[in-house]
Amino acid sequence: MTKRFFSASTAPAADPRIGGRTVLKGVRNDALETGRLRLLVTGAAFLLAFGVIAYRLVEVTAIDPEHRNRPVASAKDGKLRFDRADIVDRNGVVLATGLPTVSLYANPREIRDPEAAALSIARVLPDLNAADLKAKLAAEKGFVYLKRNLTPRQQYEINRLGVPGLNFEAGERRLYPQGPLAAHVIGMADLDGKGIAGIEKTFDGQLRQETGEPLALSIDVRVQHVLRTELAEAVQRFQAIGATGVVLDVRTGEILAMVSLPDFDPNQPSSMTPVAQFNRTTLGVYEMGSTFKLFTAAAALDAGIANTQTLYDAREPIKIASFQIRDYHPLHRHLTVEEIMIHSSNIGAARIALDLGTAGQKDFMKRIGMLKPTALELPEQGSPLYPTTWREINTMTIAYGHGLSVTPMHLAAGVATLVNGGIHRPVTLLKRPAGEAAPGARALSAKTSDQMRRLMRAVVETGTGGKAEAAGYRVGGKTGTAEKLGAGGGYARKALLSSFVGAFPIDEPRYVVLAMVDEPKGNKETFGYATGGWIAAPVVGRIVAQIGPMLGLAPVEAPGASAKAQQASLTTGERKVAAN
Amino acid sequence: MSFGGRTDTSVIGRWWWTVDRWLLMSLVALILIGLFLTLAASPGVAEKIGADSFHFVRRQFLFVLPAIAVMLAVSMLETRDVRRLAVVGFLGSLALMGATLAFGHEVKGATRWLTLGGLSIQPSEFMKPFFAVMVAWMFAEGRMTPGFPGRSIACLLYALVAALLLLQPDVGMTLVVSAVFFAEFFLAGLPLVLVALAVVGGAGAVVGAYFVFPHVQSRIDRFLDPASGDSYQVTTAMQAFGQGGLWGRGPGEGRIKAVLPDAHTDFILAVAGEEFGLFVCLVVVLLFAFIVLRGLVRLFAEENLFILLAVAGLLIQFGLQAVINMASTLHLMPTKGMTLPFISYGGSSMIAIALGMGMMLALSRKRFGLGGGR
Repeated sequence: MTKRFFSASTAPAADPRIGGRTVLKGVRNDALETGRLRLLVTGAAFLLAFGVIAYRLVEVTAIDPEHRNRPVASAKDGKLRFDRADIVDRNGVVLATGLPTVSLYANPREIRDPEAAALSIARVLPDLNAADLKAKLAAEKGFVYLKRNLTPRQQYEINRLGVPGLNFEAGERRLYPQGPLAAHVIGMADLDGKGIAGIEKTFDGQLRQETGEPLALSIDVRVQHVLRTELAEAVQRFQAIGATGVVLDVRTGEILAMVSLPDFDPNQPSSMTPVAQFNRTTLGVYEMGSTFKLFTAAAALDAGIANTQTLYDAREPIKIASFQIRDYHPLHRHLTVEEIMIHSSNIGAARIALDLGTAGQKDFMKRIGMLKPTALELPEQGSPLYPTTWREINTMTIAYGHGLSVTPMHLAAGVATLVNGGIHRPVTLLKRPAGEAAPGARALSAKTSDQMRRLMRAVVETGTGGKAEAAGYRVGGKTGTAEKLGAGGGYARKALLSSFVGAFPIDEPRYVVLAMVDEPKGNKETFGYATGGWIAAPVVGRIVAQIGPMLGLAPVEAPGASAKAQQASLTTGERKVAAN
Repeated sequence: MSFGGRTDTSVIGRWWWTVDRWLLMSLVALILIGLFLTLAASPGVAEKIGADSFHFVRRQFLFVLPAIAVMLAVSMLETRDVRRLAVVGFLGSLALMGATLAFGHEVKGATRWLTLGGLSIQPSEFMKPFFAVMVAWMFAEGRMTPGFPGRSIACLLYALVAALLLLQPDVGMTLVVSAVFFAEFFLAGLPLVLVALAVVGGAGAVVGAYFVFPHVQSRIDRFLDPASGDSYQVTTAMQAFGQGGLWGRGPGEGRIKAVLPDAHTDFILAVAGEEFGLFVCLVVVLLFAFIVLRGLVRLFAEENLFILLAVAGLLIQFGLQAVINMASTLHLMPTKGMTLPFISYGGSSMIAIALGMGMMLALSRKRFGLGGGR
């Protein structure tokens, strides 16, 4: 500070280092003081600038959520893309989906030491055999698959080996989260993502399209689950060789559930044995037995040749050549059409058909779709088998369900036509827009449909189908017990196809439920019987009791509902609770 | 008298004991970080122009050793030699700038580059540090030697340089050179009235540039209203920072850098932000701040006005370039094509900055005795 007071004259003459020039120290110090002061300003400005930059850095990296959450720019739009679209049920539950995976492959020409490579790969993937691997890696080839569908951890471990010549192929694995639940509906896609059965095959092209929109089926997994569980239980309890069932919306033709047992797990291709793969519901054709009597009655009523009280002679079996048409529980009297249904009289049904005539029967069968394959969207389609020359004898046997073979799906669709007011609609596995039905063709009058509903209700209320009743859901239907054709020709008495086809609520039907059990063995509970009324009717009753509430139908207690029916459903309910 | 001992009086020995080692280490650290970031940022750009992935990396490595060598060699010069170097260098680069206008090749609408013996150089980059020292000398001499027209000479030099730069045109460089010039003028004791006038004049110049140069206008428009035009570069840079977060996505994991134009030069900080995160970016900012502020603080003990002005000028040039680069990357100001010293790719700019920092180190060495050598 003292330097300030130095005047020019008192200052040292010159800085010795200045090289002779005379610079006054005071001037220099003044300049330096100014410089230092202003340096402070400059420094402060920089401090501020760097401070702002540091703050801004914190802001854009750590605080500002706008930039944090912005998606990373990429060539694609960021959506996950799959080779194959999902398949979902009518409520959006995923039935088939894709999981991105990688497959390990090798270029053996780039592998330097196949033995070392094989050993290290086998360490990471213990399910592969080192010797096999070595053989593959030593092959004179440019490409060989080593393992499909690696987990991310396995991929990481293989990468970590750092073996040149190993590569990954991005792929997709088809997964069926519901396992075997709807196996015969969905079918399966093979390792290369190509549909080889079921919906996967029918809609292969559509599923591969870029849009990735899931394919919505008409199936309802809840209903499907109930149907499969009940059928599986019947198979087990009666030691049957198989079973099949359908739940069909009579207004739209949509299939809510469709089961064929035994089935397979599409996640495990090895479970797809020829027997399990066989779709009994749509590919198998069977003589349906007594359930066909419904069609016989409907044809006669619709043709106006009979009403429900018209009497037919069922006193004696009908003899044609060496062949006899008999009843299981002969009543030896004239029976009304209603009684023929209730007691399932073969003789009565044959007499009605004789009245109707061959042409009338054939025409009616055609109108309800029994003579050609259904419109269902599955590659597994069975064609009905019917006599090339339709004689009188055929007319009589077809009247009670023998001599004309159709798929169970045909039966369900036909019964839907009987009860829905008489419109025959194509069945479908695709979800329809709400309240929109496929266009159908009138097959019978609304009046006939009304009469048929009464007859079907009578079968459950007082006839062979009593065990199909579900409290509050007013089931109507018909039992069927067909003798299967034996190996050596002719019918085998012990090999039965026991079925029940019902509709509910019968006053204004919404759904047709079909259950069919293949070769059941009667047991103590059924007093040894293996007929439709004992085996299949209770299955339908239990199914209706469960799916009715699911489908939004409130149970209605009809006045005068029989105590017996109530009792039956009560025990049904108890059993369900215990089973759960 | 072993090498490196206190009593070692060789050039290197004296240098080692007098140079500010903190500044030296920080500069070397910056250079190394720069190499590392070029490794991250440039392969994407190289692939885009169809060159081999490590094209820029290899070239940058090629320039790093010469740059460090230049910086160390220059930092060993005595004050007098620094001044001589500055005079020769300044006149040389002025000549080259003139040659650039005559023979240079045009890149992106401006003539800034000159090809000499297969090497593309930007003479104005080299001119900057020499100019800072030259002007400091003139101001100091004008202040110290009565009758010496230091200020007038300095103003004349500035006018010449600014004219040459605007002819290219290179508005950004003109801005930096002007800032350095006025800062030194300010430190040398520009009367406060003139300071105010200079501030007004500077603002006027910016407004003038806005109306004269269309590219300046569009850049400022886009800064003020990003929706008005293409703000792809800076929006992308913001995304890069956002993706990086605190710790970054990891080396080589950056994705936005691939679509970020000039990722290896002007926007290299965004690449650092995406791959290495906030903390590495803060280290870079801290290094720049440390170098500038430590250099300035050390000047408080300086007894030599020329050295005070020259070192301050060099540091201001260095710091200002860093601030402008980082501020435009962070969308704090309009984008300005300015490299981040020592970090961005670019051989010419790297050597030029090494020269400047070498002179800064040389001038700021401890000198014993009154006032130090002149």
